[in-house]
Amino acid sequence: MKIVVCVKQVPDTKGGVKFKPDGTLDRAAMLAIMNPDDKAGLEAALRIKDEDPDNTEVTVVTMGLPKADAVLREALAMGADKGLLITDRVLGGADTWATSSTIAGALKNMEYDLIITGRQAIDGDTAQVGPQISEHLGIPVISYAEELSVDREAKTVTVKRQFDDRYHILKAKLPCLVTALSELNDPRYMTPGGIFDAFQKEVTVWGRDKLDVADENIGLKGSPTVIAKASDKVAKGKGEVVTPETPQEAVDYIAGKLKEKHVI
Amino acid sequence: MDFQLSKEHEMARSLFQEFAEKEVKPRAIEVDETEEFPLDTVKKMQKFGFMGIPVPKEYGGQGCDPLTYIMCVEELAKCCGTTAVIVSGHTSLCCDPIMTYGTEEQKQKYLVPLAKGELLGAFALTEPGAGTDAQGVQTKAELSEDGTEWILNGSKCFITNGKYADIYIVIAYTDIVLDKKGRKTKRFSAFIVEKDTPGFTFGTKEKKMGIRGSATYELIFQDCHIPKDNLLGARGKGFPIAMHTLDGGRIGIAAQALGIAEGALDRTIEYVKERKQFGRSLSAFQNTQFQLADMAARIEAAKFLVYAAADAKKNGSVYTVEAAKAKLFAAETAMDVTTKCVQLFGGYGYIREYEVERMMRDAKITEIYEGTSEVQRMVISGALLK
Repeated sequence: MKIVVCVKQVPDTKGGVKFKPDGTLDRAAMLAIMNPDDKAGLEAALRIKDEDPDNTEVTVVTMGLPKADAVLREALAMGADKGLLITDRVLGGADTWATSSTIAGALKNMEYDLIITGRQAIDGDTAQVGPQISEHLGIPVISYAEELSVDREAKTVTVKRQFDDRYHILKAKLPCLVTALSELNDPRYMTPGGIFDAFQKEVTVWGRDKLDVADENIGLKGSPTVIAKASDKVAKGKGEVVTPETPQEAVDYIAGKLKEKHVI
Repeated sequence: MDFQLSKEHEMARSLFQEFAEKEVKPRAIEVDETEEFPLDTVKKMQKFGFMGIPVPKEYGGQGCDPLTYIMCVEELAKCCGTTAVIVSGHTSLCCDPIMTYGTEEQKQKYLVPLAKGELLGAFALTEPGAGTDAQGVQTKAELSEDGTEWILNGSKCFITNGKYADIYIVIAYTDIVLDKKGRKTKRFSAFIVEKDTPGFTFGTKEKKMGIRGSATYELIFQDCHIPKDNLLGARGKGFPIAMHTLDGGRIGIAAQALGIAEGALDRTIEYVKERKQFGRSLSAFQNTQFQLADMAARIEAAKFLVYAAADAKKNGSVYTVEAAKAKLFAAETAMDVTTKCVQLFGGYGYIREYEVERMMRDAKITEIYEGTSEVQRMVISGALLK
């Protein structure tokens, strides 16, 4: 079974978010980590590999600057078999459409039974790239996976999908794309020896010429999204303090506010 | 000379940091308070390969260099001195001598499960009458009449990982010979002893000032029969084996001391920024600033000595003096820094929940075990005056 996991190198928001004067993220000033949802997706793939290591191959794909090599090394140190870095100047400035088109352009030239992506990246929070990739490839997608298992003989994947106030159990034929929630599992640590081995392994680097994608769908020019403004989390106000006379009055007040906000 | 860590070492450090922050730090206060051996954390470290970092892969280890291993001890010690010494005692004092002196059969039987994390190791040299003076060792090993077994009698004290360890490297005397001046001198040998061997029991658990979660036990041997093949190295070579083992162990303890000092400084930097007196944060006072500067400079110096000693071990050269310098300086740095940190915290520094108090107690032992600071000075000056 061949599993491809798509991961993204994102700024570590633990130390606070830093912006450049033009309002874009100052990535150089922030530490970079593997996106948490993607890491859970990788762990899910590695657990499938643990069940039958000799007949499972996990390839990790990322698109980004050359320094994104670090997340691939981390994935290799956790136990992935191969790494692919998609990097090219012409791919820069991509929004979700251009990113998914580009990654799908790489996947068209690869073998896979199952593709796992994270639900969303902590820097963009769009949750669009995974499902878009599946559309480009013409394969089914199951998003928001909080449990995942594969049946190698029947060639199916079964996913427990998180859904507002319930969950769905969905089964799909492979090949299929699944987007993972960080709640899916608790990712393993790298091993010390695995880290040194990871730097001995070769990471494949693909530029524009290796991708099966049209020019109008890549990079900044292929990105229909325009960012008007980006900002850090807005600090909450003090809120409103009310002192109702009776419980009924309190309930009416809260229900009224929820209706006002169209929550109920 | 390269003062830059490789990408591999940087990534290994981030791994140890992440593990220590997530798994070790939240339990450090409780481990100290309850004096309970943190078995659950040890099991996690065993699972993720932390217990065999410098052991070659063919023997179940991670195949990394000594620097990677001591960075692990350092990062653990930033959060918990107890957890750090468990790894150091196991790796430096049990895995290392088997790796260096063991036969192929001994390596397969003991080193592989130790490095894989299936077994925990310990080392037993110290006795009530023999600390720095190894000639005081009373534990005796005699070959049985049929020559198939060694029979151990005696006791060991202050043994780190005691009772929880499965495998013990035990130093005992096997022969008494006359030296050049005609005086009786003991000849020592090293043995691999399995827990649960009949005649091998545990005495009191020590109640300690610091590293209180580390299990420190007395070992008692009463007609304890061990297979002849469990002699480690040649008969009569136990003293050089013990000394070589302690050379490596000292780098581990130096790393522990370094980590304790770094951990205390990190917490103090956070604290002095928040704590206000006379309308200003403590960090605005020049006394605070100068103290922090002195501590940071001293820690950095200790770090270079510790890393240089680890590098010397990697290169296969004799590193006795480098290890002694690293341990002496790092241990005294840990004591100095943690004492200053407690002072900067003021009254809160004396309260257990602020952690620097624990770090100060943990730091003290690094000046004592695996060779006191005085022994390190003897080793260093001995080399100078040779």
